[in-house]
Amino acid sequence: MIATATIANPTIATMTSGLADLRKRAAERFEAHGFPTTREEEWRFTNVAPIAKTQFPTAAPNVNGHSLRTALERHPGLIEEYLGRYASSDNPFVALNTANFEDGAFLHVPANTVVEEPLWIDFTAAPDRTTHPRNLIIVGAGSQVRIVEKYTGRGRYFTNAVTEIVVGENSIVEHVKLEEESPEAFHVATTQIHQSRNSNCKSHNISLGGLLVRNDVNAVLSTGCEGTLNGLYLTNGKQHVDNHTALDHAAPHAASHELYKGILDGASSAVFNGKIFVRKDAQKTDAKQTNKNLVLSENCVINTKPELQILADDVRCTHGATIGQLDEEALFYLRARGIGGRDARDLLIYAFARDVIDRIGIPGIRAHLEKALFESLTHSRPSAGVPE
Amino acid sequence: MSKSPILEIKNLHATAGGKEILRGINLTVFPGEVHAIMGPNGSGKSTLAQVIAGRDLYAVTKGEVLYLGKDLLGLQPEERAQEGLFLAFQYPVEIPGVSNLYFLKAALNAIRKRKGESELDAMDFLSLVRQKMALMEMDEALLNRAVNAGFSGGEKKRNEIFQMAVLEPHLALLDETDSGLDIDALKIVAHGVNTLRSPDRAIVLITHYQRLLNYIVPDFVHVLAEGRIVRSGDKSLALALEESGYVGIEELAETAQ
Repeated sequence: MIATATIANPTIATMTSGLADLRKRAAERFEAHGFPTTREEEWRFTNVAPIAKTQFPTAAPNVNGHSLRTALERHPGLIEEYLGRYASSDNPFVALNTANFEDGAFLHVPANTVVEEPLWIDFTAAPDRTTHPRNLIIVGAGSQVRIVEKYTGRGRYFTNAVTEIVVGENSIVEHVKLEEESPEAFHVATTQIHQSRNSNCKSHNISLGGLLVRNDVNAVLSTGCEGTLNGLYLTNGKQHVDNHTALDHAAPHAASHELYKGILDGASSAVFNGKIFVRKDAQKTDAKQTNKNLVLSENCVINTKPELQILADDVRCTHGATIGQLDEEALFYLRARGIGGRDARDLLIYAFARDVIDRIGIPGIRAHLEKALFESLTHSRPSAGVPE
Repeated sequence: MSKSPILEIKNLHATAGGKEILRGINLTVFPGEVHAIMGPNGSGKSTLAQVIAGRDLYAVTKGEVLYLGKDLLGLQPEERAQEGLFLAFQYPVEIPGVSNLYFLKAALNAIRKRKGESELDAMDFLSLVRQKMALMEMDEALLNRAVNAGFSGGEKKRNEIFQMAVLEPHLALLDETDSGLDIDALKIVAHGVNTLRSPDRAIVLITHYQRLLNYIVPDFVHVLAEGRIVRSGDKSLALALEESGYVGIEELAETAQ
């Protein structure tokens, strides 16, 4: 079941000359730059030295169907046209992935096609391996699809994923990334979304597992687009989860909505950095960004930062960030109605997270997350600060 | 006929942030009675209600509170509620993400569990809730909305009495439930409260205004000033206060020291 290749497979690199060139340039970029350090603004709060130190051999990812590698054999032209055109090697981990990926998922939804059932991409990492899953999702004009991308694994390992999503004109895409890595795992992922005119794309970025996690979710919006970037992160123990998002309003009349919520417990830490660019021509942009953090322990650290760069003059951009504890008034109100201290606390935490979960349009995922959340509440109970 | 009291407050002293707010409250409430506690702003009315409900912002420094003959102050707030104590909040709290229906079901089942009763099934619960909503003339759509979130002031107050009607407490404390209500809402709230009057239940109304007492006629009226009950009487005391205001009361509190 688990792929055990230990060296990069050269057959992919030689598949097309364009692709070989792309990989070579990416390798050069990574070599020139190396792993980022906390001296760089983009990586200020996330120290990737533990990842740089790992000596895990590289393995091909274990992907369930829709193999990019197989697709490369069949449709090299189509893939070369899109692959690596969106995710930028300015991010060293993207460069590392582009230079080294061996497989991943390839989904191509033809124009004017409604895919009723959600498409699942599952990655299960093997212990003591590095994998570079590379996913390419191309959605034709006027189509509609929901995609779930899930990461799990066992033991210590490093997953460095890149997903490029090309959203065709007037199409509707919903993408859920579920990071449920093992408690010792390193997980770095870039989701790069490119939206053509009048398209609507929703991204839900859920981080539940992993020891050291970094997500970059970037979306470029064309004229008349609607883009949604939502996220939920639950951290405990010594976990560190860093979410960097960038919404690029490249054209007029686009709306973006962003809601990231975090629940921090134990001695965990989290980062939220939300960039919104409004280009000079992007008049009538309507962008809203919200980051809310619920801090359950005194030993947590959260760094949250909005970064707005607005060059157009007729736009509406709002942003807000909050860091708070459980609302004592609400807790007392619940208790005064007979709902016991721990149940009251769990209910409030659950309610906080539901806001993000409820926005996911795939009922199975909502149920899955409700269960995962409930389990995480049960596990964190010994540290609960509420009297019996 | 001798009945035992539901609530006995004996020489209760309580502080908040080091400042003494309750300075020796004595009050006994028997089943079937309705008591009104009136008094000027800052006299300690809401503090009394919060202390009885178990809010930990206040420290009890002296005295005791017996509920159904047992020590109340040693119980957690949820235990007090499960034992049949209900506080209608002066400022009901908004809880986004928790539906009214779920909240009420959790509350009712916690109380039933304490009494050794099984949880109500969904159908029985819904029919109970519908009946009580009709009593309070509330829109059923409110059930699926988050607790108090986006409710108007009047809706919040009605929601408190609606909860009380569903939970059927032994002792209900209503903390300024009448404040800010228009006359129609006041009548609905009063009707809800009057429906709950029964020989084995007691109600303590905390209010700043006599107006409520035209609709819920109390058996006893107490005047609270500077942390003490300075006068007690029947409903005519409330009417007298309406005439004279709280001016003379402040002086009474002075002389009581």
